[in-house]
Amino acid sequence: MSKYQVNEKGYYGPFGGAYIPEMLYPNVEELRQQYLAIMQDKSFQEEFQQLLRDYVGRPSPLYHAQRLSERYNANIFLKREDLNHTGAHKINNTIGQILLAERLGKKRIIAETGAGQHGVATATVCALKGLECVVYMGEMDIQRQAPNVARMKMMGAQVVAAQSGSKTLKDATNEALRDWINNPVDTHYIIGSVVGPHPYPDLVARFQSIISEETKKQLLEKTGNDQPDYVMACVGGGSNAAGMFYHFLDDETVKLIAVEAAGHGVNSGESAATTALGREGVLHGSRSILMQTEDGQVVEPYSISAGLDYPGIGPQHAWLFKSGRGQYVSITDDEAMQAGLRLTQLEGIIPAIESSHALAYLEKMTFSGKENVVICLSGRGDKDLDNYMKYFNL
Amino acid sequence: MQLNKHANGLLSIYFTAGYPSLDSTLQIAKMLEEAGADFLEIGFPYSDPVADGPVIQHSSEVALQNGMNIPLLFEQLKNLREQVSIPVFLMGYFNPVLQYGIENFCKSCKEVGVNGVIIPDLPMYEYEELYRDIFEENGISNIFLVTPQTSEERIRYIDNLSTGFIYVLSSNATTGKTLEVKESSAAYYQKLKDMDLKNPLVIGFGISSAQTFQKATEYAQGAIVGSAFVKLLGEPDYMDKIPSFIQGIKGL
Repeated sequence: MSKYQVNEKGYYGPFGGAYIPEMLYPNVEELRQQYLAIMQDKSFQEEFQQLLRDYVGRPSPLYHAQRLSERYNANIFLKREDLNHTGAHKINNTIGQILLAERLGKKRIIAETGAGQHGVATATVCALKGLECVVYMGEMDIQRQAPNVARMKMMGAQVVAAQSGSKTLKDATNEALRDWINNPVDTHYIIGSVVGPHPYPDLVARFQSIISEETKKQLLEKTGNDQPDYVMACVGGGSNAAGMFYHFLDDETVKLIAVEAAGHGVNSGESAATTALGREGVLHGSRSILMQTEDGQVVEPYSISAGLDYPGIGPQHAWLFKSGRGQYVSITDDEAMQAGLRLTQLEGIIPAIESSHALAYLEKMTFSGKENVVICLSGRGDKDLDNYMKYFNL
Repeated sequence: MQLNKHANGLLSIYFTAGYPSLDSTLQIAKMLEEAGADFLEIGFPYSDPVADGPVIQHSSEVALQNGMNIPLLFEQLKNLREQVSIPVFLMGYFNPVLQYGIENFCKSCKEVGVNGVIIPDLPMYEYEELYRDIFEENGISNIFLVTPQTSEERIRYIDNLSTGFIYVLSSNATTGKTLEVKESSAAYYQKLKDMDLKNPLVIGFGISSAQTFQKATEYAQGAIVGSAFVKLLGEPDYMDKIPSFIQGIKGL
């Protein structure tokens, strides 16, 4: 058993667990008892693999970015999760969880969403399976992300405004948890990231682990070596990073770099750089690192990228950070926006602003020309055009 | 501290510390005792109260804006036992307690004379493994919840781990919903009553009137009113209305 994977008690080192009220216990316990057996079942795997191939479009390419490589003096590979159906890695998890929900006999799906990517990915699989879908989204985010709200509605989902607290992702998550408390029998909650009570961080990471599984095979084909020098990904809650790191965790020669959003700067008071600013605490059902006041109230984060705008990180990331296995760094709004434009101009790929954070960190690294570097391009930038237009006066 | 297992018709009132104003906590507690409440739950506010409905969420938000936090609450409760003699429990979420320090928290509870705590998102496993000894050394009861979905085996387990009372949720719901005594919930209360647990039962969530209070206390030693009372605290002259509110619930 890897020391970086969850143990039988639901913990990663000191992080994880299931800090949930009794009202959620039966649902979470049912999931804990059944998720591994269901996921290992042959019929599940067949359907999952078939949908990933024929519906999502996997395997996603591992693209050797020639001009980017020249600029940084390294062999840079982009794992093209942006080419998935619905435009990001999020669908890997929602496909997996909808099949899980079906096998648990659930009739109704709920989800939280920030920018709307996970909400769209959830609405998509609910349409695919004909299941009722309710997506909680902060009232502020509903106003900021109209196209994704429209997508969800077209697919038949009900989008409910979270009006509590700061009316963003954290509050949408609270509302989804409240819905689950009030609907304890027939509802499955599709959490969008590697957060929440055990077993969610593990099951979401398993569904996303397809990213690194494919990467290893593709690297071997392209370079003759399945061990890159660096693997990089952005981290909000941390699901694309968890999937990108998954099959490299025990290979300590592979350096893992997780890039958080520094917003206007780590110490600006407007940031989402959780490992830099947070302390150990409990939020949304797990013990991890979170941004909070001295007396334990959760602090509202800020990032230009809605997908990284979360005050915590998944418990596995907290453990990779604390144990030193991963290097956790941060990138400001400005650095990310420039990196997004740079990739567009060098490679003709418009990245999601989330993914641009990972790309931006290349500017701070030095290479000797020999290193193989894999960056998870977690999503495409279509949803961010408004932001890019405003930022660059396009 | 153990509530009397043979008592009946006990009324407990929940309210949020620091709501409606920062220094209202102790005055409200005192008034509730005078008005006839049998024990109290004082909530300490948290930014992300996932088990609560809109009324208690709002009170927590206002309390936090007013500047309420755990150190200040203990400061306010310093003279609790000169003014209030009925049992007092603190209720809230785990993260603020974790940041204050579990051991500090239990010691502070003991110092001011708080009898127990209700922390819905502190799991049994962590409580048993890590914190039980600290609670017991300080004589602080930790109250667990059961719901209609909780298995009989788990209820027995909770009963063994509990000192004080068992907090029986009227339904699987967030706070502030209206209790309906359906046949299924009557069967659930009856099952609990017939299990003859060592701890007294107190029913909470959805108790808001004389009728719901009376229904609940047919099966349990007591019942808890939360959201309905917190709503009252949002009204003008709420202090003057407390006695009639309590008498109304008790059906006096």
